[in-house]
Amino acid sequence: MTAPTGLAGVPLSIEPLTKKDYTSDQEVRWCPGCGDYSILATFQSMVATLGIKRENTVIVSGIGCSSRFPYYVDAYGMHSIHGRAPAIATGVAMTRPDLNVWVVTGDGDALSIGGNHLMHALRRNVNMTIMLFNNRIYGLTKGQYSPTSEVGKITKSTPFGSLDTPFNPISLAIGAEASFVARSIDSDRKHLTEVLTAATRHRGTSLVEIYQNCPIFNDDAFETLKGPEGALISLRDGEPVLFAGGEYCVIRTDSGELKVSVTADVDPASIVVHDETRADPSQAFALSRLTEPGILQQAPIGIFRNVTRPAYDDLVRDQITDVRADDPTSALASVIAGGDTWEADEK
Amino acid sequence: MPETLPLRRVVIRFAGDSGDGMQLTGDRFTAETALFGNDIATLPNFPAEIRAPQGTLPGVSSFQLHFASFGIVTPGDVPDVLVAMNPAALKANLRDLPRGGVIVVDTADFTKRNLAKIGWASNPLEDGSLTNYSVHAIDLTGLATAAVSEFGLSRKDASRTKNMFALGLLSWLYSRPTDATFRFLGEKFAKLPVIRDANIAAFKAGYAYGETTEVFEVQYQVPPAPMPKGRYRQITGNLATAYGLIVGAQKAGMRLFLGTYPITPASDILHELSKRKDVGVMTFQAEDEIAAVGAAIGASFAGSLGVTSTSGPGVALKSEAIGLGVMTELPLVVVNVQRSGPSTGMPTKTEQADLLQALFGRNGESPVPVLAAKSSTDCFDTAVEACRIAVKYRTPVIMLSDGYLANGAEPWKIPNLDDIEQIEPGFATEINGEINGKPHFMPYDRDPETLARSWAIPGTPGLEHRIGGIEKAALTGNVSYDPDNHELMTRTRQAKIDGIVRDIPDLEVDDPSGEARVLVLGWGSTYGPIDASARLVRKTGRNVATAHLRHLNPMPANLGQVLTAYDRVLVPEMNLGQLATVLQARYLVPVSSYSRVRGLPISITELESDLISTIDALQEENR
Repeated sequence: MTAPTGLAGVPLSIEPLTKKDYTSDQEVRWCPGCGDYSILATFQSMVATLGIKRENTVIVSGIGCSSRFPYYVDAYGMHSIHGRAPAIATGVAMTRPDLNVWVVTGDGDALSIGGNHLMHALRRNVNMTIMLFNNRIYGLTKGQYSPTSEVGKITKSTPFGSLDTPFNPISLAIGAEASFVARSIDSDRKHLTEVLTAATRHRGTSLVEIYQNCPIFNDDAFETLKGPEGALISLRDGEPVLFAGGEYCVIRTDSGELKVSVTADVDPASIVVHDETRADPSQAFALSRLTEPGILQQAPIGIFRNVTRPAYDDLVRDQITDVRADDPTSALASVIAGGDTWEADEK
Repeated sequence: MPETLPLRRVVIRFAGDSGDGMQLTGDRFTAETALFGNDIATLPNFPAEIRAPQGTLPGVSSFQLHFASFGIVTPGDVPDVLVAMNPAALKANLRDLPRGGVIVVDTADFTKRNLAKIGWASNPLEDGSLTNYSVHAIDLTGLATAAVSEFGLSRKDASRTKNMFALGLLSWLYSRPTDATFRFLGEKFAKLPVIRDANIAAFKAGYAYGETTEVFEVQYQVPPAPMPKGRYRQITGNLATAYGLIVGAQKAGMRLFLGTYPITPASDILHELSKRKDVGVMTFQAEDEIAAVGAAIGASFAGSLGVTSTSGPGVALKSEAIGLGVMTELPLVVVNVQRSGPSTGMPTKTEQADLLQALFGRNGESPVPVLAAKSSTDCFDTAVEACRIAVKYRTPVIMLSDGYLANGAEPWKIPNLDDIEQIEPGFATEINGEINGKPHFMPYDRDPETLARSWAIPGTPGLEHRIGGIEKAALTGNVSYDPDNHELMTRTRQAKIDGIVRDIPDLEVDDPSGEARVLVLGWGSTYGPIDASARLVRKTGRNVATAHLRHLNPMPANLGQVLTAYDRVLVPEMNLGQLATVLQARYLVPVSSYSRVRGLPISITELESDLISTIDALQEENR
């Protein structure tokens, strides 16, 4: 067995590992019914299938409910400060190609206080996977609206309704030059496992937005999407974009826009065929815009974009390898000795 | 031939428009002078604007060099010689020149219009206002342009060689060696042979002009200064800091990782370290100051030596992350090249007003060792020491430098790297405890002597653990809100930093007579002015003691004793008395604060006369 591209350089485990190996001795302390439980369980099972050594996984988080995640995984981890996890993980990934690096963050942590770091990690394409738990609310600070809350949201800090336009994290990531962008949902373990596995295979920054229910402050935020009649638009590479059992589809209109239609009413040739590897990001971006900005009635899930682009940390290490002196110790001595020197005698 | 006059010391200030190449001219004259074997100290002084409007006072850039046949510690208060390349440079610097001082001035720009631009109604070269000075008014631009006519340069390019003409002239006047400058120009303009040759021609023309004309009656000779035996080079504080960080990491057997964001006057540390991939240094120019320190902490977590270099405004942004370093007890070196504040302040001007920020500028009880370099060359030793403390005690360390040290140059005895002590990171590789009878790694188990915690890096089998910014349970490092645990951990973190006192030398007092009753206590870059003033005071037959702190936290064990051993303690600082405040709070002794916040080093002559008054007043009181 060899490690996938995204994990090349990470040592492989001789013994097969299980979910239990990745379960720490810490009691999980999320609220009953929190979507984080199923994401944690899915992650622990998924990471055990990667075939890598347990001690070579590092999870860095910021602040928020989701950021408690590292404590519950028996690997190396850092629960850091608000919004900065991508920056800290960048330092880990650059210096250690033998590590499987993860960032766990939420909609407040990643998109509000840490927006700048997220954007630049994606731009650089540092080899790591970012799980963005999006519950569209601030949980840890007890229920204020977040940068993904719908306009008009009534919360403790917006008693007359929130006024600011929400971010679409997928659109944002594609705009920030991300090479791997996907979305999944806490309630679908199979789908989440597939997406996370694909994310680890990708070399560079993988952003996975995970719709996650907060039963306390924003319960059922994603309920309208679920069930056989729901409007989760599942993206499959190489396949036409059909959903709700094929009843609906996504077509490209004559003016070039993407639009949801009733499959029976359209010319089958106009149905969009998804290609996650397209170099041009415009179709992936257009698909991301099918997400309702307000109360969610429809949203695509799956991998929007998965393109090959050099990982920043690989380039950094390659550059050092290229210019590194054969004997760094003597090279250092000669650098320090400088060019123009003179000899002094005590006079 | 003019006669050769021996001098012991000279201070030259080169001043011109910011586009005139004054920093380069000063650097080259410094290099020639260092190679000749004089002791040197320099003070570059330039506007923050890259190109302020030409010919205006805000656009004036200057470079001051003090060189001598004996050991010196400062670039000098005032110049003996002012080289002014335009009217603005003359006007901006004239007030610093003592009567009788030498002025070499380029007459080319002394037009009515240019004079009016800076508010001069008449030409000072003609109206007799400079009679107190020894003025050499020379059309440097015209002579340089003529000297390079054969190269077919544009008028603008030709006139730009005037700085090399001036350098050639000064090199002759002070009998400087010239080979290194030719070599330098050859390398700098290797791809532009015409520019290279024109600059060399202008330099030679300037040198010959001094030799053949009778403008100068004398040629000066400043003999080499005696220095301890060894091989020397010149070095700026920022370069010395960069080298110290590389050597510190190398001595620990760790990769040096610099996460940083460009900021004046610290950027040269990034520039140098980004070149040093040849010795394995990794640099990361982050999106902001916070990401810079964050990446450095990430690198340290993963087993490298994380470093971040910045100035005061950057430290303000990094404060929360430094606190994370305190809580997670990971090595981190934060270099603050201080500049005038608050806010953006004066980015290119020096100050020492970030001491209290370094000591206390974080939320919660957040002790951090603080070290300050006293001179440009001392930046090397201080940086190595900062790395040593950071690794040994698993803690962020703040190293304070400042704009004056960062850009100023001194001769540096090239160290033998084998003489520098190794640093042992002592990574944990074994299980060190148990819970309920089961073996368990305890990341917050401590070395009983240093209180440094057990540090296991990712990839170490069996020692998987989690750390973070939430309060840690002693030993396990698990999240803990237990009141007694927080009290214990708060006191333990403080005790760990306080305990570093056992690892630092006692404060040494320089009191040659042993009879001084006044102590001058400094820290950081005030070392030079304090030492120079004290020497002058002692020459008057008075006694004065001096001492200098490298370690600001913890402070040397004997400091309390030193403070009470003198009748008066004077603390000169380029701030409003920050060290003085700390000393009084901690040691309950009266100290006199001596504050100057002009964006410039403290004046030697002023400090000398103030010291004399203090000493004499004390004498009077006790009579």
